Amino acid sequence: MTSIMEPSGVPAGYEAWGDDQHARVGFFTDTSVCIGCKACEVACKEWNLIPADGQDFLAQSYDNTGELNSETWRHVAFIEQEKPLRADDGAVGLRWLMESDVCKHCTHAACLDVCPTGSLFRTEFGTVVVQEDICNGCGYCVPACPFGVIDKRDMKSTANMGHQPDLPSFLGKKEDGRVWKCTLCYDRLKGGHEPACAKACPTKSIQFGPLDELRERADQRLEKLQDEGWNGAQLYLRDPDDGIGGAGAFFLLLDDPEVYGLPPDPVVTTAFLGQMWTNMAAAAAALAVGVVGGFVFGGRK
Amino acid sequence: MGSNMAENHPVGFQWVMEARERGAKVIHVDPRFTRTSAMATKWVGIRPGSDIAFLGGVVNYILQNELYFREYVEHYTNAPVIIDEAYVDTEDADGLFSGWDPEQGQYDVTTWSYEGMETHGAAGQREEGYSPKGEQSGHGGHGGGLKHGEPPSEDPELTHPRCVFQILKRHYQRYTPEFVAETCGVSVEDFAYVCEALVQNSGRERTSAFCYAVGWTQHTVGVQYIRTAAIIQQLLGNMGRPGGGIMALRGHASIQGSTDIPTLYNILPGYLPMPHTENYGSFDNFVQANVAPTGWWGNFEEYWVSLMCAYFGPEASSENDWLFDHLPRIDDDNSVYWTLEQMLDGKVRGYIVAGENPAVGNANGKAHRLAFANLDWMVVRDVVEIESASWWYDSPEIESGELKTEEIPTEIFFMPAATHTEKDGSFTNTQRLLQWHWQAVEPKQDCRSELWFYFHLGRMIKSKLKDSQEPRDLLINKLHWDYPTHSAIREPSAETILKEIGGYEVESGEPLPGYKKLKSDGSTACGCWIYAGCYQNGINQPARKKPHWEQDTHVAPEWAWAWPANRRIIYNRASADPEGNPWSERKKYVYWNGEQETWEGIDTPDFDETKPPDYVPPDDAKGPDAIAGDHPFIMQSDGRSWLYVPQGLEDGPLPTHYEPQESPFDNPLYSQRANPRRQQHKDADWDPYNPIEGEPGFELFPHVLTTYRLTEHHTAGGMTRSIPYLAELQPAFFCEVSPELAEEAGLENGGWATVYTSRSAVEARVLVTRRMKPQTVRGRVTHTVGLPYHWGQRLLTAGDTANDLLHAALDPNVHIMETKAQTCGIRAGRRPRGKALTEFVESLRAQTEKTRPEPEETRKT
Repeated sequence: MTSIMEPSGVPAGYEAWGDDQHARVGFFTDTSVCIGCKACEVACKEWNLIPADGQDFLAQSYDNTGELNSETWRHVAFIEQEKPLRADDGAVGLRWLMESDVCKHCTHAACLDVCPTGSLFRTEFGTVVVQEDICNGCGYCVPACPFGVIDKRDMKSTANMGHQPDLPSFLGKKEDGRVWKCTLCYDRLKGGHEPACAKACPTKSIQFGPLDELRERADQRLEKLQDEGWNGAQLYLRDPDDGIGGAGAFFLLLDDPEVYGLPPDPVVTTAFLGQMWTNMAAAAAALAVGVVGGFVFGGRK
Repeated sequence: MGSNMAENHPVGFQWVMEARERGAKVIHVDPRFTRTSAMATKWVGIRPGSDIAFLGGVVNYILQNELYFREYVEHYTNAPVIIDEAYVDTEDADGLFSGWDPEQGQYDVTTWSYEGMETHGAAGQREEGYSPKGEQSGHGGHGGGLKHGEPPSEDPELTHPRCVFQILKRHYQRYTPEFVAETCGVSVEDFAYVCEALVQNSGRERTSAFCYAVGWTQHTVGVQYIRTAAIIQQLLGNMGRPGGGIMALRGHASIQGSTDIPTLYNILPGYLPMPHTENYGSFDNFVQANVAPTGWWGNFEEYWVSLMCAYFGPEASSENDWLFDHLPRIDDDNSVYWTLEQMLDGKVRGYIVAGENPAVGNANGKAHRLAFANLDWMVVRDVVEIESASWWYDSPEIESGELKTEEIPTEIFFMPAATHTEKDGSFTNTQRLLQWHWQAVEPKQDCRSELWFYFHLGRMIKSKLKDSQEPRDLLINKLHWDYPTHSAIREPSAETILKEIGGYEVESGEPLPGYKKLKSDGSTACGCWIYAGCYQNGINQPARKKPHWEQDTHVAPEWAWAWPANRRIIYNRASADPEGNPWSERKKYVYWNGEQETWEGIDTPDFDETKPPDYVPPDDAKGPDAIAGDHPFIMQSDGRSWLYVPQGLEDGPLPTHYEPQESPFDNPLYSQRANPRRQQHKDADWDPYNPIEGEPGFELFPHVLTTYRLTEHHTAGGMTRSIPYLAELQPAFFCEVSPELAEEAGLENGGWATVYTSRSAVEARVLVTRRMKPQTVRGRVTHTVGLPYHWGQRLLTAGDTANDLLHAALDPNVHIMETKAQTCGIRAGRRPRGKALTEFVESLRAQTEKTRPEPEETRKT
């Protein structure tokens, strides 16, 4: 029996699939071969019919997307550094890190824990998906996510941008306010296909597959890069013992997570629920004592 | 070098990444630190326009240290050939080769030839009265006037002072590491790294490849950039071998296809020359002028006649010389910028623009837009209404008042085009691979494929002219124009056209297996001889999609089809040693089987299958038979690759460092500053050049300007600026500058800058980045301003057009503009608008006093 209070390494809700359960799948995003082409961003938007996100020149290297949000489920970060790519070629002193970020599909997913409608659920593939026809837009999941991934879609930005004139009207016109994020292409998985971003990636920076295999592959890859002296090579969210029980989508980074705008030691926010309730109970008790005491002592005056 | 492969060819770049993962060194020599540099083992930042100095330095390093592949060089290149006594090198004539005619501004190439060799020009130009200068580039200058395949004078020891090897050595002896460092703004150490990496990774056991793109071609010495790399690859033995070669990365999906089956004015399909206006007298004379006495081009007539049979069917016959007398002719240079000049002069009435957006994509955009206003009519076919279609009501010139809509006489027809998903067809990619694609959906509304447009246009013209007796209409009437159509819109069958291109036997209609079956008697028809066999056995060969993991060899011959003869590496005879044995087990590819007396290997051999390695041609041998058994480069008249090019190039037999048309520096080697043969538009006022050092106003344009593409957009942007998902990824025209230049010019990251030249001024958002590095060149710090050229007035992301800044001085061989190295000024803030913009540019030009200086070369010689 799994509990949100006691992270056990098994995603909550996954076992309930019984015979319908598939091997848990995920992404291993190897940033050491990412060429920053953003094909993943485009493939994701095309497959999932995500609205365009507006045209803002951010002057942040070649990143004009900025962040993961309701209209961006893959985001390529660009970081320019005056550091050598490998420890031994100090003369260059310049490197350009590129990383395609995505929903982590946490083993212990706070968004799923806090969803009051059951819209967010654990699929038979071990991934975390929002059911768009159930989500009521309460938004509890938004602050729950330790990575700032899940996001409410603005009402105004759902207007059809005109690039898909054949889109059924309900897709283009339905008002929103619901939350959206990467589904790991749940529909494609059901059809036996890999997610659109992994399919489009020309250099196998985004690898899709059973999580066990990906973790094994990532360990070998890290070893190779460390042998070759790559500066700062490290795995991120690969470890099942971390604060979110390991991610379904994990990364090989070439610097510390903070450099990419990722939290260094994320913890499932609901892990503190018990403590929070206890604290709240204590606070309530103290308050009650205070109030009662107030009457008592006040009565004395 | 000269390419940003990761950004502009990301799908092909997966193989570079795979090679890197397997231990290959990836070196990127480029002015900017790009996404390619980020993936490379090593980046060397080079000053734009100095690549010949760099590559010439590599040549010198190889020669001085005797690191060349001796056996390969001696047998497979023209290194031993002795050159005419009258040849004078640039090193002895201050930057000019012998034969320079200052009046004509051209070379007489006679003195460049092999000693004892009768000279004739490239194809189509040996007719009487032709002087061997001028337009040399007909189709690659494949023919030398050799009596048989062996040059008359050779020195296998490579020591004769006039042999190519020694000429090469002298020509590059001043290209020392220190010279390279000073001229290119690189460190001696970085240069040494590149030299050593190349040499260590070449030879019997290993090969190295160069990848280039328009970063090399788009210069006033563009062809010679590539030639310098070719010299390196020949010296190191990297041609015709697996893992070697020079990869020309082409910009569009089928730009290779559009030279094979050309959109170029001077060639017909398969690099056959377009006839000139000269009077050949007869078809036989035309053939004699073009057929190479020795080498593969000895088959010229077979290819020509088969093409005419494909064009005209039964109407072409030996009796009417295959209609040769009726074919259209070209006179001289009929290229894009020449046409532009004619248009500005009001000499062009109509213009059809398809698959191109010259108002944004061509240098000096303003000149193009003004020229359009001199046309009677203009047809634009594109998937969206691009700037070249909307200039008459929405352009910088409308804004400035230079053009007024109501005064423009040009009638514009916009024809919506179908996209690649809406039609069948093939793409020929950069490695000559024809890959078929299928229609996924019907084109919408009035959108139509190219095939549909030209087929029905031809059909309608034919129908209108069918009763005409005018001689000028005869060719149209005789045109064989019979293709089956399907679907409600009567789309022609692309496969039928592929079959015609691939060749068939006229009588039976049976597809041909390959170009060796082509005949000159009218019994075969073939739309493009190098594509012959692409429909063999009635199978659409480009449509084969068997993945490599299901095939026997990594060459994967059953994935699509490569021209010629499904050969994946051309000149692959060079992958074996002179005796026909593999150079090494590791690099085994094509080799001689002595028992079977045949060439074999994992690819289609590029040699007569049964010609033994020790074959010596008899004195009277012609065509391919005149090529010796140990000479792999069968398209050349002597069967060797050319370190030194005796004919076929306009601007010299050897590449020499010249500065670009506009450069902050003079030439460190010669008082001859730039390529003397470059094409300038001297007599017009539409293409003024920024002053060079010593001329008034030089200080107005102190920085180097270079333009390029981004992954997120495609060329002039019609296909990408119109797509929201792509527009948002690069949503604004921007310039890239170093922090040092930003400080100097007061530019703020994310703010606005105005970039200006003598042609125009544009405004761009500022991206300050360490990836742009100031360079120290000959003691002076020089800054480069980088501008992606995708933007124009319209579509979802609009912006100023980088090409409006650029001049259109050209490379003389291929008439391409110099977009990669010009000069500019930059200042903070947005540009003046409307009329004030014109006034601003005029004030700049006024400060340069003489806006179009006489070319300094003419004065000096």
